[in-house]
Amino acid sequence: MPEPTTPAAGTVREISTGPGRILVAAYAVFAVAATGRSLVQLGTDADRAPLAYSLSLLAAVLYLVATGCLLSGGPTARRVALVSVVVEAAGVLVVGTLSYVATDLFPDKTVWSHFGQGYGFLPLVLPFLGLWWLRETGKATLP
Amino acid sequence: MWLVVPVLVLTALCGIWTVVMVVRDESPPGDRFFALLAVLLAVLVVQLVVGLVQLSTTSRDVPTATFVSYLFTVVLAVPFGAALALVERSRWGNGALLVALLTVAAMETRLDQLWRLAGA
Repeated sequence: MPEPTTPAAGTVREISTGPGRILVAAYAVFAVAATGRSLVQLGTDADRAPLAYSLSLLAAVLYLVATGCLLSGGPTARRVALVSVVVEAAGVLVVGTLSYVATDLFPDKTVWSHFGQGYGFLPLVLPFLGLWWLRETGKATLP
Repeated sequence: MWLVVPVLVLTALCGIWTVVMVVRDESPPGDRFFALLAVLLAVLVVQLVVGLVQLSTTSRDVPTATFVSYLFTVVLAVPFGAALALVERSRWGNGALLVALLTVAAMETRLDQLWRLAGA
């Protein structure tokens, strides 16, 4: 049975419910993927591409934060999620662009290289889905 | 790799079933679905054990850390998807389950790739 999705008057919709569950599943996948990748990269040969590997770690942390916020929900989680998703969007755009124009900066790939090409471009799509979802749930309904 | 085909077939079956449940708006998934999902989970656990044994005995240059983390994570994806489908009793919960199953398929393909590339 579908649950009622209309929020009470004057409240915002909980970010952890409904379509938020799909986002949490996708974010969890990337949290694990980016964490694993950055740990393996930093653990095996950190000197090879320090910038790329540090960015992988940053991506990992952002995905973990977003996953946690989407799982827990609540007003604080919403604010933290917004910051992490915005940084993530900026990150994928900047790193994606730099990986094309300044290839020498990235001797090895990050999750965000080439706009997340290695991951089906999902790293590019996710932050914007996240922003959309935060905006969609943030619309206060008038009493 | 040895268990790739059964894992992918089971994942595809679960995935198709999940799509049907999304279309029909059946949630949460029934016992029969969870029985099939349990079979998939069991095969993934077997794969974890077999994979670790094969890794320790192979002469191939498989990237150990990556391979082992994939073996473990692919097992975790199934209960995570199931939990989301049980907590969110709507189409979206089943959609999240589908994301988890797609992840299993993607990770399984990558595991196979890691093994094959190391053999080349």
